[in-house]
Amino acid sequence: MSATSHIFALPADLPLDSGQSLSGVEIAYETYGALAQDKSNAILVCHALTGDQYVASPHPVTGKPGWWERMVGPGKPVDTDRYHVICANVIGSCMGSTGPQSLAADGAPYAMRFPVITVRDMVRGLVALLDGLGIEQLQAVVGGSMGGMQALSLAANWPDRAARVLAIATTARHSAQNIAFHEVGRQAIMADPNWRDGAYYTGETTPDAGLAVARMAAHITYLSEEGLTEKFGRRLQDRPDGTKGAKTFGFDADFQIESYLRYQGSGFTRRFDANSYLYITRAMDYFDIAEEHAKDGKEGKLADAFAGAQARFCLVSFDSDWLYPTAESRHLVHALNAAGAPVSFVELSAPFGHDSFLLDVPALDRVVKGFLDG
Amino acid sequence: MAELRASTLRPDLAVIAHHVPDGARVLDVGCGDGVLMAALQRDKQADARGIEIDPECVERCVAQGLSVVQGDADRDLTFYPDGAFDVAILSQTLQTAARPDHMMRELLRVGRRAFVSFPNFAYWRMRWALMSQGRMPVTRHLPVTWYATQNIHHVTVKDFEALASDLGIAIENRWFFTREREIGEGGANWRAEYALFEVSGG
Repeated sequence: MSATSHIFALPADLPLDSGQSLSGVEIAYETYGALAQDKSNAILVCHALTGDQYVASPHPVTGKPGWWERMVGPGKPVDTDRYHVICANVIGSCMGSTGPQSLAADGAPYAMRFPVITVRDMVRGLVALLDGLGIEQLQAVVGGSMGGMQALSLAANWPDRAARVLAIATTARHSAQNIAFHEVGRQAIMADPNWRDGAYYTGETTPDAGLAVARMAAHITYLSEEGLTEKFGRRLQDRPDGTKGAKTFGFDADFQIESYLRYQGSGFTRRFDANSYLYITRAMDYFDIAEEHAKDGKEGKLADAFAGAQARFCLVSFDSDWLYPTAESRHLVHALNAAGAPVSFVELSAPFGHDSFLLDVPALDRVVKGFLDG
Repeated sequence: MAELRASTLRPDLAVIAHHVPDGARVLDVGCGDGVLMAALQRDKQADARGIEIDPECVERCVAQGLSVVQGDADRDLTFYPDGAFDVAILSQTLQTAARPDHMMRELLRVGRRAFVSFPNFAYWRMRWALMSQGRMPVTRHLPVTWYATQNIHHVTVKDFEALASDLGIAIENRWFFTREREIGEGGANWRAEYALFEVSGG
């Protein structure tokens, strides 16, 4: 669908949770649908780890359709005939917003000189964008996975900025298992000799092998075992020359699942920056809303984080998602109940694992539409 | 018009809808597809929340814009703060609770008052079926066999009144129904197919 691309230059330095600040920040974003005169119909869609602002328009690098075209568009659950949809690339990413490949004040890319950021820092950038656009309160903030973390972070830290909060397949904090998988990915990147401590922007080569392995490992966590078995099982991969797949007694991609993962990994390196992957996974690992709201040396309680919440909340989990399982959403629901916030929660049945939020799950469409319009 | 709409509710729900004060904070435990919540929001401007165990019912509720959480009332009531609601509602669900006594306590912890309805196992057709056939009754109002039913704690009007007394719960109001019509109080433990009580912490 038709989208408008924009770059917003932050008028002031962006303070960061680390205590540092970032100057000259730019945020790249897409908009869809008309903004009402009173600016009351804006919906902010937040993207996941490797997502971007192209939620419902073709990706400029891959040419593929927007990552949530099935959800966002005219007459779709996030209806651009009714709502003005904004989707911005988070800071630290690589699709036009300021990140490690952006140029620092000295004219060279930041690379690993880029400050470590948090999910709250990303959201602080988004709030600065909303300020710039003159949007005081969103009709809704919506996101899945890391997008859901941003939606929750906005609700906890800027409680008057969104009337509705829709967080799908997400969590209030990264678990040891979540951190572990991310660390595998980061180590794969940093073990690639082409990474060169992150200073690869000026050279001929980039750490594609490491980034591809990181993506392969992460991709497994986005799928369910049932889904993998159904899609690939132990089936063998036919050769490019057309010969039937067979065990080669070597280390080619004999199995279809190997071939698929390699394809996913190499495709990813064409559109994503390895250092951005390091920074964004780090931000997700640091994510813990309760901890952010710890006071006076006491352990933070999740309910306290949402004590001032004014919004209506809707949480959705999927029964086959083992990355951010239903228990994580329930944990959030209990905290929101304790805080007295109006909250809906449903665990939907879908076979696709964590990626279910991006795929064909008609029940999700109905929930999203009902929640946004209700 | 509001009266006309309310009349499409099941009779016990219509009575509840009629007696919930305007603008009340309401928790509907086991809210099903949200028909009562929707009526309360529409006709009483209530701030209604729901808990429902069946995901398809929850989905239908959320799709109507209702605030409903998929959960198990036996387990999840504990996460609501004391006195969070003016009214807690437990319609046709008490007999499915793991511990109905605990659930009554929880209900009156989170709500200042509660409406509780349940099928009356002492209804004469039940007694007759049990006496004449010597088997667990399967009736219009309790249509599921003993081994498949979710009703694991059958209860009578007298049992409920005794439980209320044991728990120090005050019975504020009571209504009885047979064949989808309200009936008088006389001989209710025989005559009522199901019962509705309004209770408070006493």
